[in-house]
Amino acid sequence: MANPSAVCNGHLHHHHQKQNNLLKSGIHKKNGITKGMKKNGVSNGTVYKKKFVEHFEQAPMYVAVLTFLGFGVGTIFGYLRDFMRAWGLEKRNLAAEREEQKDFVPLYQDFENFYTRNLYMRIRDNWNRPICSVPGPQFDLMERVTDDYNWTFRFTGRIIKNVINMGSYNYLGFAETDVNALKTVTIELQKYGTGICSTRQEMGTLDKHVELEKLVATFLGVEDAMVFGMGFATNSMNIPALVGKGCLILSDELNHTSLVLGARLSGATIRIFKHNNIQSLENLLRDAIVYGQPRSRRAWRKIIILVEGIYSMEGSIVRLPEIVSLKKKYKAYLYLDEAHSIGAVGATGRGVVEYFGMSPDDVDVLMGTFTKSFGAAGGYIAGKKDLVDFLRTHSHSAVYATSMCPPVAEQIIRAMKCLMGLDGTTQGLQRVQQLGKNTRYFRRRLHEMGFIIYGNDDSPVVPLLLYMPGKIGAFARRMLEKNIGVVVVGFPATPITESRARFCVSAAHTREMLDTVLNALDELGDFLHLKYSRYSKSSHPELYEETRLELED
Amino acid sequence: MDIKRVKDYIYWLYFQYLLITCSYVLEPWEQSMFHTIIVTVFAMVVYTAYVFVPIHVRLAFEFFSQIFGGQNESTV
Repeated sequence: MANPSAVCNGHLHHHHQKQNNLLKSGIHKKNGITKGMKKNGVSNGTVYKKKFVEHFEQAPMYVAVLTFLGFGVGTIFGYLRDFMRAWGLEKRNLAAEREEQKDFVPLYQDFENFYTRNLYMRIRDNWNRPICSVPGPQFDLMERVTDDYNWTFRFTGRIIKNVINMGSYNYLGFAETDVNALKTVTIELQKYGTGICSTRQEMGTLDKHVELEKLVATFLGVEDAMVFGMGFATNSMNIPALVGKGCLILSDELNHTSLVLGARLSGATIRIFKHNNIQSLENLLRDAIVYGQPRSRRAWRKIIILVEGIYSMEGSIVRLPEIVSLKKKYKAYLYLDEAHSIGAVGATGRGVVEYFGMSPDDVDVLMGTFTKSFGAAGGYIAGKKDLVDFLRTHSHSAVYATSMCPPVAEQIIRAMKCLMGLDGTTQGLQRVQQLGKNTRYFRRRLHEMGFIIYGNDDSPVVPLLLYMPGKIGAFARRMLEKNIGVVVVGFPATPITESRARFCVSAAHTREMLDTVLNALDELGDFLHLKYSRYSKSSHPELYEETRLELED
Repeated sequence: MDIKRVKDYIYWLYFQYLLITCSYVLEPWEQSMFHTIIVTVFAMVVYTAYVFVPIHVRLAFEFFSQIFGGQNESTV
């Protein structure tokens, strides 16, 4: 690996030159060997510079059967409890209409919340747990007990200290309270205070925002960028500004709610393609161009493809080279949401664009959030200057939403400068490399133990499949007893048979912490019988190095 | 020592049963009801098997032996 400061200096030094030169020198120094940009061919072998290994192993059939059995039992008891509640045999803990309104149109549709009321409520104590310290690699949890089976909670007053944090999106470890690290943030806090009390278009544009936007643009290697106060709102408020009626949105099956909301708000036609499936996307593109708009057969005004860098529920990385070649062939636009991948993948933490060795010019709209890797809040949209200037005037978020507050902007500035090496240390690059090491170690050990893990080998989001509804609650509770905090997810955020526990590896985790977690997982995996994988690696890792793509349709 | 291991193993089996049938999430009275129903159904299955399976097996054996060995038997 080349001298880190040389890479950073190289990036800066060529800042004024054309993008091509910037990219070529970047690739040259990062890889050590010059590899030209391969622009032809959509097949897997030529477009990817390194192995693209993703796992989506299917569990044995009996697991699916037992999962459905478990949900069946839960449903039957749900009906029983609903019956008892409706006939007054049991106290109703939910919202209900007043007596005088019983004849009106019903306000609370009971059946829609069947799942929430009868299944989610029973294991509700595993979510919304209040924490009372910074969400670093370890945090403090407030102890909560329930007397009436999770309908109400009360705090005992005790604090569970130093719970290992495997759930926070703290990929680079910038969520820290170290006084030296936060020096500039404290200064800015004392200079600006916390409130902005205005929107960007009125009086809410500070010099901090201008500085931050310039820094983001330099970091990503694009012409200009714009920052917003909230990551979710960046997606949902800017997509309507970019597309409207008469446009076509091709969105991935597993896109985040913010993208879905933005797409629906825009009023454009939405078509969904199968997750990370290039064939499906190409079919949709061909149909769109051949047949045009539904009734008038006119050409679509715009075709835009919405994808994410890393999908947070699957841990899979987008197939960017193939999508970019498709987009160039069919003349569509690409909107890349790098919420989880900015800072977390890539040799210097610049996201999936760098991970695949591509130029940021290939992606039309680069979007990301500062919540995950930078320990702050907010989002950005970056791209060509024309695009960003358009968004400054036409975006709902710019016109109506309060802008980012200055201490948060300073936190992002200091994190980004640390990542780029502008603060004079190599700490940023060390963090990125530590994250990569931690990720590979964690995933390798989990595969060896025999768990089913989804996703790409390089993604720091690690979903561990639990499948059965009974195991969701048991897993989370027992991990907390061992002083490890995990996030478990079930239906409806995931498909009904595939509930999972999602681990987020951080650069701030030490090897000891990861080993503690892995040993606990080993024990718990045996106790709860979670090791379903048929491909657990033996003590001969060299036999398993070939590319394996077990894609689940 | 051995008794403890056996007890732990039985507890582990019971816990697996709770997890698989999702009765781990139920309240205690629901769990008792569920266990009662399952044990009743299981007992009925065992009783039926005990009463009927030997008779059916014997009849099936006679039926098949009649087909295959029937040529050898002479009706005297």
